[in-house]
Amino acid sequence: MSEPLIALEHVNRTFMVKGQTIKAVNDINLNISAGDILCLVGESGCGKTTTGKMIAGLLPTSSGRILYRGKDIATIKHSDRKEYRLGVQMVHQDPYASLNPIQTVYQTLAAPLQHHSFTRGEAETKRRVRELLEIVDLTPPDDFLEKYPHQLSGGQRQRVSVARALTVHPKFIVADEAVSMVDVSIRISLLKMFTRLKDEMGVGVLLITHDLALAKYFAWGGRIGVMYLGRLVEIGSAREVVNHPQHPYTEVLLSAIPEADPDATRAKKRIELRSSDMPSLLQLPTGCTFHPRCPAFMGEVCEKVVPPLEKADWGSDVACHLVQSHES
Amino acid sequence: MPEPVLSVRDLSIAYQARRGQVQAVRNISFDVERGESVALIGESGSGKTTVGLGLMHLLPTTAKVFGGSVIYRHHVNGSDSTGREIEVLSLKGSNLRQFRWHECAMVFQSALNALNPVLRISEHFIDTAKAHGYLSGYQQTAELQERSLKLLSMVRLDPERVWRSFPHELSGGMRQRVLIALALLLEPQLLILDEPTTALDILTQRNIIDVLKELRQKLGFAMLFISHDLALAAELADRVATVYAGEIIEIGNVRTVFRHPYHPYTIGLIKAVPTLTGDNANLVSVPGSPPDLIQLPTGCKFHPRCPLADDRCRREETKLTEVEAGHKVACWHWTHAREVLKTYQV
Repeated sequence: MSEPLIALEHVNRTFMVKGQTIKAVNDINLNISAGDILCLVGESGCGKTTTGKMIAGLLPTSSGRILYRGKDIATIKHSDRKEYRLGVQMVHQDPYASLNPIQTVYQTLAAPLQHHSFTRGEAETKRRVRELLEIVDLTPPDDFLEKYPHQLSGGQRQRVSVARALTVHPKFIVADEAVSMVDVSIRISLLKMFTRLKDEMGVGVLLITHDLALAKYFAWGGRIGVMYLGRLVEIGSAREVVNHPQHPYTEVLLSAIPEADPDATRAKKRIELRSSDMPSLLQLPTGCTFHPRCPAFMGEVCEKVVPPLEKADWGSDVACHLVQSHES
Repeated sequence: MPEPVLSVRDLSIAYQARRGQVQAVRNISFDVERGESVALIGESGSGKTTVGLGLMHLLPTTAKVFGGSVIYRHHVNGSDSTGREIEVLSLKGSNLRQFRWHECAMVFQSALNALNPVLRISEHFIDTAKAHGYLSGYQQTAELQERSLKLLSMVRLDPERVWRSFPHELSGGMRQRVLIALALLLEPQLLILDEPTTALDILTQRNIIDVLKELRQKLGFAMLFISHDLALAAELADRVATVYAGEIIEIGNVRTVFRHPYHPYTIGLIKAVPTLTGDNANLVSVPGSPPDLIQLPTGCKFHPRCPLADDRCRREETKLTEVEAGHKVACWHWTHAREVLKTYQV
């Protein structure tokens, strides 16, 4: 296998809050190849956004390394550093906050093009901006060049954010809840646009979302990673994770989600948790952090030993003693 | 069949803005039957929250009700006969206070802001009871506490602990459940919930859904809930109404609306939501964006986004008409509206 585009090695991130340490991300290992589609799902506070920010270089790791084409992004220098900075771009959740309100769409998109000398002269810049707007389906582009963010709808703004990320020919885009603030009726077209970027330009995408159904749709040909309290508890091809979930937490999540289909949602089998209280990040449970709530709790081993993330029967990687005891 | 607990007829509400009038709700009519659960679904800015606020007389001062009527019918539990009728829009003073909470209570969108941060949960219950003239005096306070604790345990909270807590000591899901318990304190017959599970985590959301189902079975109140989440409507509603640009454009039984929607917008909306069990192969998206509510398009308000729009749609306003028993649609082309799916898919 060729060298991964991005590799996370034992990545940890802690935050200090009022003198107490919060472990937001706990020992994550992950390889992402060029053109990969990966969805990170989990509830709020599970560390998915923090992970995304660290990959995009917006937050340093507390320990562990993140490699971009084999080079540690914390110590990367000069042209390699520039290559990484341009290569990994981020699209933020809130399209109302992530665009400068006093810049037109043209100004927003022209700035990175000119700054990084991707285009020379106004004519070329304009041509490239039009091209980018067409890629993100803001057509005809001339209608949008002179618009300010407040003149655009949420979906259109999010397309401008994506176009801005594309100005610097990224290899990888981290999209943090990029469609959750957009109206339901146009979400699919935004996701299709990301899929097209991958197909036509080979741009890999990490989509961070709390919506498993959306993750299933988007990552169908790629992978889904499930996070719980800072740890990756299951990761595998979207098909396996959704159809044959191995980790009890994944099963609980899948069973809890209401479906936009009255018959399916009412017929769904629910799995009850042992406790509905989410543990505090300040006092993480010992052993497997899911054990106080886990419906498949097995006793001492779960309380004392942190289960490693290991390959299970169906091909997914799972961090659960139960699954691993079945294997051996 | 007994008369509905709530009948809304031709309700119109507009906000005054500098540019002109924002027509947030236009000629909305619907009924909520006794013990029934009705969902108003729609995207942001469709006017669905304004309907809820209007029903409770909670509109901001910039809003004005321009017409229509809202009739609420009190009934004695277990009896088919209708008690007194209340014309909600003309209520004032103590009558309004009596209507709110005793007859109809609301659970607001942001559970995080809806509780007073300097009051204990117990004080919220006591204040509510006092303000609405329910139980006062020493003896009755004990009775009130007993009733409150019972409600708190019905929403699956540890009553003793929560009773003494301040809002900041509770998680978002717990606060939402406190609000539901509080709303039910005076045994209303109608509960209005505005986005009851938005901003909550998946497992917390599931908990709230289960609590609501359980309570409805035990207490038999009717529910009007407002949400942009189709999955929630699919799970909790008996009937669903789609709201677009301040109008109800389709209303019917939850199963028929989800299985056989007739309005091009509802068709697109339902087909735009991925599911875990479905194959998701034919998901679509509705091009364009909702209209400006100050300068509404002529004719059918959906026509600028609708692939089927013709001259008639641009000229004539649509009317909600019954196309099947209990299923109403506001579209000139409902008979062949499914054709829009081809266009939406691109």
